[in-house]
Amino acid sequence: MVDITKRFVDVVANDKVSFSLFPNEVCALLGENGAGKTTLMNILFGYYLCDSGEIRIYGRIVRLGSPKDAIAHGISMIHQHFTLVPSQSVLENAMIGVEGGFFLDKKKARKRLLEIEKQFGLDLDPDAMAFTLTIGQQQKLEILKALYREAKILIMDEPTAVLAPIETRELFATLRTLVDNGRSVVFISHKLNEVMEISDRILVLREGKNVAERKKSETRVQELASLMVGREILESLQCSDSAAGNTVLQLKNLRVRNSKGVVALDGFSLDLREREIVGIAGVSGNGQTELSELLFGIRRPEEGSIVLDGKEVPGGSPSAMIRAGMARIPEDRISTGVCMDLSVMDNMILVDHCREPFSKLGLINGREIRSWVLDRVRDFQVKTDGVDAPVKSLSGGNLQKVILARELAGQPKIIIACQPTRGLDVGAMEYVHQAILRQKERGAGILLISDDLDEVLLLCDRVIVIYEGRIMGELCSDGIDRERIGLWMSGVA
Amino acid sequence: MMADIFSASFITGLIGATLRMSTPIILATLGEIITERAGVLNLGIEGIMLFGAASGFLATLATGNLWFGILMAALSGVLLALLMSFLAVNLGLSQHVAGLGITIFASGLAMFIYRKAVGSPVVPPTVHPFSPLAIPFLSDIPFIGESFFKQYFLTYITWALIPLVSIFLFRTRFGLRIRTMGQNPFAADTVGVNVNRTRTICLAIGGALFGVAGAFLTLAHQNMFLIDVVGGRGWIAIAMTIFGNWNPLMGSLGGLMFGFLDALQLRLQSVGIHLPIHVFLMIPYLMTIVALVGVSRKATVPAGLLKPYRREEKGG
Repeated sequence: MVDITKRFVDVVANDKVSFSLFPNEVCALLGENGAGKTTLMNILFGYYLCDSGEIRIYGRIVRLGSPKDAIAHGISMIHQHFTLVPSQSVLENAMIGVEGGFFLDKKKARKRLLEIEKQFGLDLDPDAMAFTLTIGQQQKLEILKALYREAKILIMDEPTAVLAPIETRELFATLRTLVDNGRSVVFISHKLNEVMEISDRILVLREGKNVAERKKSETRVQELASLMVGREILESLQCSDSAAGNTVLQLKNLRVRNSKGVVALDGFSLDLREREIVGIAGVSGNGQTELSELLFGIRRPEEGSIVLDGKEVPGGSPSAMIRAGMARIPEDRISTGVCMDLSVMDNMILVDHCREPFSKLGLINGREIRSWVLDRVRDFQVKTDGVDAPVKSLSGGNLQKVILARELAGQPKIIIACQPTRGLDVGAMEYVHQAILRQKERGAGILLISDDLDEVLLLCDRVIVIYEGRIMGELCSDGIDRERIGLWMSGVA
Repeated sequence: MMADIFSASFITGLIGATLRMSTPIILATLGEIITERAGVLNLGIEGIMLFGAASGFLATLATGNLWFGILMAALSGVLLALLMSFLAVNLGLSQHVAGLGITIFASGLAMFIYRKAVGSPVVPPTVHPFSPLAIPFLSDIPFIGESFFKQYFLTYITWALIPLVSIFLFRTRFGLRIRTMGQNPFAADTVGVNVNRTRTICLAIGGALFGVAGAFLTLAHQNMFLIDVVGGRGWIAIAMTIFGNWNPLMGSLGGLMFGFLDALQLRLQSVGIHLPIHVFLMIPYLMTIVALVGVSRKATVPAGLLKPYRREEKGG
């Protein structure tokens, strides 16, 4: 790809970017969110058309007008959000688009799929419905889909963002097998350690421009970090050490069922004190979501009790939780954190709208709200076109700032933060971490539920590992043993 | 009276009428299932059926050829469906608004061209309608032959279409593509399927079926055009699509049920039960609502339904 330029309405996403890929290599495309990595690869995939520049494959100039053209040239892309049809089987998902013949020949397709599975060591039952697959298996299916289309070049957009550590290891092994079998992989990421682990060559993008290209053997994590961010970044966070205070949240022997009626948490007990961050670590899908829903008051416990600040609160009432001084940072900020079509102002006042002075006699006082929201936007450095702009126009990091501003406004005693930095770039991640630590210094008790083990270890005073809804063990921050945590996360006591 | 209801002739007549009455519903339901499986809700169905009823009738009135009327009805259905496609697929407008707009527009247009063509005579003009086609030998089977094998040709076609549409959706590559884009258009696009073009084709197929379903009413079921000839059958087809969980076999079963109730209420009227006629007219609709309440809670809506597909919305 030479001199690729792509503009969206008013932003230049790629500015004369060049990119090359050689056979049998993993090339990482490194950059912060919004650096133009995904856009560049979407152009290679024919999903977007570039405004200028040219693409050559095996030396020949090609025009990629749609994914169909790209697939014909052996290029497949696995998007961050999977493109599977949940209600169809693995086989149907794999064969769509390259069925061959008028009638579906499932027998032949199955044979071919099984051959590919065998060659690359990807085990999936062709008849399993896609919605029954774990995230890791779904990703395998996406890889199978690409191989089924005889892809020579595989583009993976932030493939590890949704994976547990073990799944990531499996993925990397798969990528190695692919490369050994003559395929090439583009690995889009902003995670430095992973980039260093898997790639042969690294291309750094920043603000839509080429910044640098390095061979793995010739660079270090620190260099890549400063290339990516454009400045030196802080490596550690500082927090004044202070003893934890009184217990603010107490969970006793909780038992919760998920939406499918399966027990998701069992015998779950936990104490959270003032000026303390407790981390819940574990592979995703082991009860974290249900725990957060329980604490938010949107799921009822079957057994057990929740004691907030010394008082027992009934389960299943979000407003009781808010009244008791709980701030909630949900794991899926887009679907549960904000209303995408409402303005920044409306979203920020969602929690506080019904108290004085924002509401009198049931009427909303717009002027009070506006000035309050303006203060918050300034304090939290939310980058927006004004408080009336719909939040869907904001970047992920700024969306999270809106949620933080809303939830932390009332000086909460307890903060439940779920995956607070999922999908955020390094800069925004740092911001969120600082904000959490400031809340701890202020005296809040914070429960951090995160799939990102590094984040948990960085921030927490105590780490609790859960597996299949049960607590496997607990460690204090001064006695951290990664090996042990890893074993606990995979269910080995 | 009870003796009347349980007589052999009553029952053979009832079965025969059930098959007749369900023909337009099943045709329209099949069309709507194909359309919705691709991710487009076509609320223009009621209007397109009425327009098909009018254009088919007028074409036959002018030429005396019934099959020419059916052809015209199918064609006009396709044209209106393409308009729907332009609004809802290409422009990406709300499928609800576009569909209801088409229904209102097509209904008005149907009445307009009908008046333009025939004026306002005291006695509405009629055509010589389709006559039932007795299948040799089979129709001679006592009892069954009378009910099942003395039907309109269009009814036979409709019954043949049920398994054909089913095979098309679940056993062919086009079917797989259609189902995929109805669930996740992005997935279809990324494997090289042209989402909007396929949606347009599905709408066109559906439109043709709607048009023919309408023409069945004026060229077979009756022999004249009336403004209320469709009488909500388009909406019933939408309901049957949900009732059948977007499955052609189940949807057709729903259509059959409606046809049965429609046939039953007509027959009960003629047997001479003394109730206002409106009570009888209400029965099929009432039962449809009851059936929907029971079934639709378990229905799984195609996830891509109602969502226009756009590629270049935002950069990554």
